[in-house]
Amino acid sequence: MTTIPTAVGTSLDRRGVAGTVPATPAGRRPRRAPGPSRWAAVGFAAPLLVYLALFYAYPLWRNIDLSVHDYTIRAFVQGNAEFVGLEKYVEVFGSATFPTALWNTAVFTIVSIVLQYSIGLALAVFFRSSFRLSAVLRGMFLVPWLLPLIVSASTWAWMLNSDNGIVNSVLAASGVGQINWLTSPDTALLAVTIANIWLGIPFNLVILYSGLQNIPGDVYEAASLDGAGAWKQFWSITFPLLRPVSAITLLLGLIYTLKVVDVIWVMTTGGPGTSSTTLAVWSYREAFGTGQPDFSPAAAVGNVLILIALVFGFLYLQLQRRQEES
Amino acid sequence: MTARRTARRTWWKTALGVLFTALMLFPVYWMFNVSLTRTRDLRADPPHWFPWDPTFEGYEAVLGQQLPALGTSLLIGAGCVVLTVLVAAPAGYALALLNLRGRRTLNFVLLVAQMIPAVVMAMGFYAVYVRLGLLNTVGGLIVADSTVAVPFAVLLYTAFMSGIPREMLQAARMDGAGAWRTFVSVVLPLSRNSTLTVSLFAFLWAWSDFIFASTLNRNGSLIPITLGIYNYIGNNTTQWNAIMATAVVASVPAAVLLVVAQRYVAAGVTAGAVKD
Repeated sequence: MTTIPTAVGTSLDRRGVAGTVPATPAGRRPRRAPGPSRWAAVGFAAPLLVYLALFYAYPLWRNIDLSVHDYTIRAFVQGNAEFVGLEKYVEVFGSATFPTALWNTAVFTIVSIVLQYSIGLALAVFFRSSFRLSAVLRGMFLVPWLLPLIVSASTWAWMLNSDNGIVNSVLAASGVGQINWLTSPDTALLAVTIANIWLGIPFNLVILYSGLQNIPGDVYEAASLDGAGAWKQFWSITFPLLRPVSAITLLLGLIYTLKVVDVIWVMTTGGPGTSSTTLAVWSYREAFGTGQPDFSPAAAVGNVLILIALVFGFLYLQLQRRQEES
Repeated sequence: MTARRTARRTWWKTALGVLFTALMLFPVYWMFNVSLTRTRDLRADPPHWFPWDPTFEGYEAVLGQQLPALGTSLLIGAGCVVLTVLVAAPAGYALALLNLRGRRTLNFVLLVAQMIPAVVMAMGFYAVYVRLGLLNTVGGLIVADSTVAVPFAVLLYTAFMSGIPREMLQAARMDGAGAWRTFVSVVLPLSRNSTLTVSLFAFLWAWSDFIFASTLNRNGSLIPITLGIYNYIGNNTTQWNAIMATAVVASVPAAVLLVVAQRYVAAGVTAGAVKD
């Protein structure tokens, strides 16, 4: 029964990266099976290859195409947009929104993953020691992870409502004045970050918990024979031994958090103004969020976002490869 | 005796664990609570902590207005499952068991594919669909939603299938089975749990999708439930009980599916993990 969340966690993330599935280690390639020719292999892979070409490569190529042309909605349908080279990128980098969005992305991402990770790790360590109901409670922690994001986001939006939200009403009871969580530029980013941290805790808990399971128990026994207390044990055993898992968790968290649109969009639509606009939200807003779709700059922002995600993605792959080798 | 002593020594941990879980699940409880609150009590101060005087007006609104959206979401989820399995299972077979040339490159491409932000994919799909006239179609949305699941599914199938003992494949070959026959009557049945895992997650992701729905299907006659909730928020910001009731209903299938199928998920993944 303890394997369930572990199993889910090591290989599945709701936002879609199966990076934690241990890819078949290269060294374990079977001796070449005689029989089916390589053509059979190509035949079985063909649907995927066609799929990737049509539904990944082509849309991505179209996206690059969008960013180097001046697409208006009419040019979009007629397909006669003017080629403008990197003009849209220059426009995007020069825009007043760019530094704000970049800063918001950095704050949103870093604060989210650091707190998700810390809370997830604390809970994983807490749940490691078995006590009555521990498996059930740990299972229940998965619930936020299963809900559609729009459900969680709208629930948080209502909880943080200025006049009628439960959060303000609890704060008022302890003497804090009304906070306009979602409608004040000072707190909007904080509010969406809080909701996002809540969303990410289950994923971190599950991955880190499964990482803890791989630390042999006798290491702890030896340590406690040496008189190391729980605090000391955590810093001298758990944390160092968990480093590889931690690195992967943080990097995956980073890659997901960069992509987040729905939570922010539903709660604040990136506002007020641009105070909670991240790069992903900015791109979404330009293309789909207003009555006047502006696809070219949106595509340019999107491509910048891809570049950032890929940098961290490669870092992740590098890390994973190194761990497989060791 | 010892067990009881341990239990007594750890009761405070259970208490703490219950407290943590309650804090964590509070938003979920609150969604449920608000969904049962009367409209006039929504703005009560202090708020109603428990639905002592429940109303089902919210749920009536859901049944009255969102039933087609729930059906659409089911259809999209099912379509996404079928498409994902059809593409991913043979690919996993080729990658894991048939010595596909360039499989390392393909694995790499699949990992990178998962890092591409959905908003970028949405724009690309929009640009493609606008020309093909696929905007606002259920089929178009199924294809877009499946892009989240396919790379994951291929990697999962590959991981599991490379653990299938080669002797079984050789035995099939001795009996005169070709690659296709081996796939259908040996590999696929053995991978049943992987198929369940893949289906479960393909369904869940498609069911929860908001970005693709709100970009590729915003004016469609058939909208999924996530968009139903979103439009609800835009249209009547006062009726939060109805919004939350929709949210509760939208969460139910996902939760049920995972509870019912959890065993298969676990079995599938651990089998894959052990063999690795």
